[in-house]
Amino acid sequence: MDALEILFTASLWAAAVRIASPLIFATLGELICERAGVLNLGIEGIMTAGAFAGWLTVFLGGDLWLGVAVAALTGAAFGLLHGFLVVPLGLSQHVTGIGITLLATSLSYYAYRLSFPQVTSPPRIEPFQPWPIPLLSDIPVIGEALFRQTPLTYLAFVAVAVVAWLLYRTPAGLAIRTVGENPQAAEAQGIDVIWVRIAAVMFGSALMGIGGSFLTLSAFNSFFFEMINGRGWIAVALVVFGSWRPGKALLGAFLFGAFDAYQLRLQQLAGAYVPYQVFLMLPFILSIFALIVMSRRAAYPRALMIPYRKGER
Amino acid sequence: MRLEPRGKRPLRILIGYPVAALAASVVFCALLVMLSGASPFSVLGLMVKGALGSQFAFLETLTRATPLIFTGLAVAVAFRAKLWNIGAEAQLYAGAVMTVVLGTGLLPLPQPILIPVLMAAAMLGGALVLSVPTFLKTRFGVDEVVTTLLLNFVAVLFVSMLLEGPLKDPMGLGWPQSRKVIPEAQLPKLVEGKRLHFGFVIAIAAALVVWFIERKAALGYEMRAVGHNPKAASFAGIPVSLVLAKTALLSGGLAGLAGMTEVTGLKGNLTLDLSPGFGYTGIVVAMLALLHPMGVIAAAIFVAAIFVGADAMSRTAGVPSYIAHVMVALSLLSMVTAVMLTRYRIRWQSYGRA
Repeated sequence: MDALEILFTASLWAAAVRIASPLIFATLGELICERAGVLNLGIEGIMTAGAFAGWLTVFLGGDLWLGVAVAALTGAAFGLLHGFLVVPLGLSQHVTGIGITLLATSLSYYAYRLSFPQVTSPPRIEPFQPWPIPLLSDIPVIGEALFRQTPLTYLAFVAVAVVAWLLYRTPAGLAIRTVGENPQAAEAQGIDVIWVRIAAVMFGSALMGIGGSFLTLSAFNSFFFEMINGRGWIAVALVVFGSWRPGKALLGAFLFGAFDAYQLRLQQLAGAYVPYQVFLMLPFILSIFALIVMSRRAAYPRALMIPYRKGER
Repeated sequence: MRLEPRGKRPLRILIGYPVAALAASVVFCALLVMLSGASPFSVLGLMVKGALGSQFAFLETLTRATPLIFTGLAVAVAFRAKLWNIGAEAQLYAGAVMTVVLGTGLLPLPQPILIPVLMAAAMLGGALVLSVPTFLKTRFGVDEVVTTLLLNFVAVLFVSMLLEGPLKDPMGLGWPQSRKVIPEAQLPKLVEGKRLHFGFVIAIAAALVVWFIERKAALGYEMRAVGHNPKAASFAGIPVSLVLAKTALLSGGLAGLAGMTEVTGLKGNLTLDLSPGFGYTGIVVAMLALLHPMGVIAAAIFVAAIFVGADAMSRTAGVPSYIAHVMVALSLLSMVTAVMLTRYRIRWQSYGRA
C-alpha cells in the first residue's frame, strides 16, 4: 500500500474520529472557560485526573457511565478550585493553571500508586464497546468512520451541538459570552460576573474530565502514567485554531485526528527510512503551525485573562 | 465577597501568611499520608531526616537543588517581563545536547577552557530554543505559553531521536544514551567522594549575576517595565520586542546551563531521564521565591529537600514518593494565594450593587 492509498481506507477515517474524540471534549471544555474570560491551563492535569477517577470507578465495580460521571465531577471539582483562585481572588491564570495541572496529575499518580503499590502490568477493565448504528453503519467508509464508534464518541458529537446551542441560543450562553467580552456590561445587566465565570470553568473542566476518561474507558482499558501526553495543551491550541467556535473546534479536532491517524500509518510505511520520533513530533509541530497561521486574525475574547473586580474599570 | 487593597502590610501578615500557606500544604499532605495507613508524624520525620538529617542527606539535597536553581532563575527572569516561559524543560535538554555534542571528544581542550566553552554552548542552545516562541510572540502574536509547552514534547522526542541515532553510545549495549563526556569536561566534586559538584557554585554565581542585572543594569529596569505594562513601556521609548528577545536569551540560557551542569557534574552522559520535570518544577521554585533571584536559591533548596526527603521516606515507610509532587504543587497554589492576601483583604459583606 502506498501513502496515497491509505487515504481511501475506512480504517484511517475511523481512527481519525477515535483520536479526535477526547480532543473534542477537551477543546470544548477549554473553549467554554476562555469564552467566559478564563484561561484554564489546568487542562492537562484535569484530563489526567478524569482518566484516573473514571477508570478507578469502573475498576471498583462501577458502571462505565458512572465512571464517566465521576470523571466529570472530578473535573468540575478542580475547575471549582481553579475558578475560585483566579476569579474572585484574581490570581495569575497562567501560574494557577500550571499549579492545577501539577496538583491534579500528582494526586492521580499518588492515588494510583497507593491503590496498586506493586503491579507489573497495569490492571484492566472492560471498556466501552462499539455501538454500530443500524443502517447508517452500512454506508461505505463513512459508516465505519462515523457510525461504528463507541458511545463516548457519539457523546462527543452531541456535546458539540449542546455547547453550540448553549452558547448561542440560551441566556446562560449569552451571560458566558458577555462576561468574557465585557464584564462591566454584564454587571450592568445584573449578571453576577464572578459566579458565571466560576460556573463556566466548572462546566468546561467537567468536559475536560470526560475527555480524559475517554482514554481509559474507551480508547484503552487501563490507566498509565503520562497517558494524556500533551493532549490538553493541543486542545488549548485547537481553541485558537477554531476561533473560539464549537463547530470550528470540532473541525480542528477532526483534522488533527486525521493527521495523527495518517502519520501513524505512514510510520509503518516509512519507518525504515525516517526515525519514528519524527512522526511523533509532527502533531506538536502541526499545532504550532496552526497557531502561527490563525493567531494573526485571532479574535480573543476581549476580557480573557483580565481579572474582574466589581466597580473597577 | 470582594477584595480591598490593604493600606498597611504589617510584618506579621507579610511573614505569617506565607508560613501558614506552607503549613496548610503540609497538613493536607499529612491527611493524604494517613490514607496509606502510615503515621504522618513518622513520615514527616523520615522526610526531614532524609533531606537534612546527615551530611550525606544535606549534600544530596544541594545536588538536587542545583538544576532547580537554574530553571527557577530561568522562569523568574522570564516571568518578570511577563514572558510566560513554560518550556525550561526543552531548553534544559537543548543545553544538554550541546554539551554532549561538543564535550565527548570533539573539542580536545584543557579543562579551564573547555568548561567555559561548554557553558557558553549550552546557554546558546537553550537561548535558541526559547527565541523561537518569543519571535513567534512578538512577530505573529502567537501565545508563548502554548508554544513553549508544545516544544517540551518536541524536544524530548528530538533527544530520543539523537540518542538512538547520531549521539548513540556505540558501547551502550543498545540503551538510548550518549557517550560519556571526556574527563576534561567534567565538573569537579565539591566534597571528596560525594555527588555535590561545582555546578552548585555556578548556580549561586548565576543567581548573583541575575540579581545584579535586575537591580543595576538597564535591562533589568526595562524587563520590569515591559512586565508591568508593555504599552506604557513602549510609549516611554523602550523597544518591547527587543527587551523580550534579550529576556528570552537570558532565560533560555539559564535553563540550558541546568542541562550542562547535570551532564558534566552528575550524570556524565545524556539520557532521556536527565530531567524528571526540572523545567516545570522551576516554575514552582520561581513563584515560591516571588521571582527574586536570591529567593530562588532558598526555594530551590526547599523544593529539593521535599523531593530528596520523600525519596528516602518512601524507601522505608512505603508511602508513594508522589506525595512530594503533591506537596510541591500545593505549596505553589497556597503560596500565590497567601501573597495575594498580603496585598488585599477579603470583605465578605457587600456594599450594595456596584
